[in-house]
Amino acid sequence: MSIKGKAYIAGVYEHPLRDAPNISTAQIHAECAKGALEDAGLTKDDIDGYFCAGDAPGFGAMSMADYMGLKLRHMDSTETGGSSYILHVGHAAQAIAEGKCSVALITLAGRPRQARMGGGGGRGGPPGGASDVPEAGFENIWGGSTHNTYGMCAMRHMHDYGTTAEQLAWIKVAASHHAQWNDHAFLRDVVTVEDVINSPMIADPLHRLDCCVVTDGGGAVIVTTPEIAKSLKRPLVKVIGAGEAPKGPRGGLDLDLTYSGAVWSGPIAFEEAGVTPADIKYASIYDSFTITVLMQLEDLGFCKKGEGGKFVADGNLISGVGKLPFNTDGGGLCNNHPTNRGGITKVIEAVRQARGEAHPKVQVPDPSLVLAHGTGGSLGTRHGAATLIMERE
Amino acid sequence: MADTTEAPAARRIPAPAVNVESKPFWDAAEQGKFLIKRCKACGKAHWYPRNLCPHCFSSETVWEESPGEGVIYTYSVMHRNTPVPYAIAYVNLDEGPAVLTNIIDYDAATLKIGARVKVKWTPTEGGPPVFTFAPV
Ligand SMILES: [Zn+2]
Repeated sequence: MSIKGKAYIAGVYEHPLRDAPNISTAQIHAECAKGALEDAGLTKDDIDGYFCAGDAPGFGAMSMADYMGLKLRHMDSTETGGSSYILHVGHAAQAIAEGKCSVALITLAGRPRQARMGGGGGRGGPPGGASDVPEAGFENIWGGSTHNTYGMCAMRHMHDYGTTAEQLAWIKVAASHHAQWNDHAFLRDVVTVEDVINSPMIADPLHRLDCCVVTDGGGAVIVTTPEIAKSLKRPLVKVIGAGEAPKGPRGGLDLDLTYSGAVWSGPIAFEEAGVTPADIKYASIYDSFTITVLMQLEDLGFCKKGEGGKFVADGNLISGVGKLPFNTDGGGLCNNHPTNRGGITKVIEAVRQARGEAHPKVQVPDPSLVLAHGTGGSLGTRHGAATLIMERE
Repeated sequence: MADTTEAPAARRIPAPAVNVESKPFWDAAEQGKFLIKRCKACGKAHWYPRNLCPHCFSSETVWEESPGEGVIYTYSVMHRNTPVPYAIAYVNLDEGPAVLTNIIDYDAATLKIGARVKVKWTPTEGGPPVFTFAPV
């Protein structure tokens, strides 16, 4: 059974807050759900499927479903870090195709900026104590963070393929060119390659401006049946392919940090969609760091392995300038990375593009085929990759 | 390119979380022995140690003392939120598996991809020593 053409994105909503000291994480979830329902022209009682991940307060999907008063036929709290929400769209499409639900809600929310005040946020690790996590004793002692584990990926990619800091910097430059048009973006200043490589070193070889922003906020997506989608007054954005795959050391033989799980999730999604990377008019690519984008572009087949540096240079990712407009909202590098999970904003901007509702300065002329891809966890240790391809009908 | 010439890190390392599956490793660590696991069914070594082989799922895995030697696969020196920069790294052991670790006692000449390193135990805060690696 294929999901191709069996499910549509009917509503999306990105929370406008970037610093949220005064409302609860649960409330942000609910406000996002409400916004996405209003965008779709549906009501809460239409929802019969709910999808959330580790950022949802409480026990799996159940606490938030109760908070929001949902009556559900289907729920799923699959957790793959920041890519969870891209993966959830694929799962929701499956569930809809299989008749498990007809209107699925996906939410994300958190307040990492309030962490010192006891707010929710963070990466949503396993619930058990540290000693129950099998790798914890062998790995949590080394001061690993996203910065230095992604730094290790970048260091090896530079070693194996000659990728340069200047090439990585072009990814941030492109994101900043897009963010200047986004009123909500956390960082709106256009930066140069020199700005990036002259910013302070965080974890070799990644500089401060190679890293994404830390923001509060949230987002939501509504996925529904073709019949319901066509009854609504919104442009038709059809899900035509989805793939997912985890990647980890798996015993440590043949460790290769220069590629991501996109090498598996991408081909699954492209095959299901019946399209190739060359057909994609716009791509939302997870951008926790510049190296994240470069590796995923290679792994998805937008260029050959090892040639990502050349591919991203000279503005090739800037809408209206280059061949592959990416993250036209400014992405996680400049706009928003709500609660350190960028997957849902990747879907939202891809839908805006497909609908023709992106900012006019960054809207691609023919958004007939768009892609959203993410990796959650760490490329340097374990991560889940998710690829989603959507078509404007 | 990054400046990696800072003085070697004297980062304070927390006690590792020990469980029933990993306890033999940490007991040996107290004796200065670096153990890895090898599978009797497929013959392959793996890291981190498990009772079931992650390669073939056999339960016939045995502890094996390793000289703890290998080469740096990759590294990154952390400068953020730390009083002392420190080098996180993967070391490819001569037996095959890659091990996540910290490199200590390094300088700009020795902290390189491909550099040979050997295990050198570092005390922790209230737990067994941990398997940092130092250039040889
Ligand atoms: Zn085996």
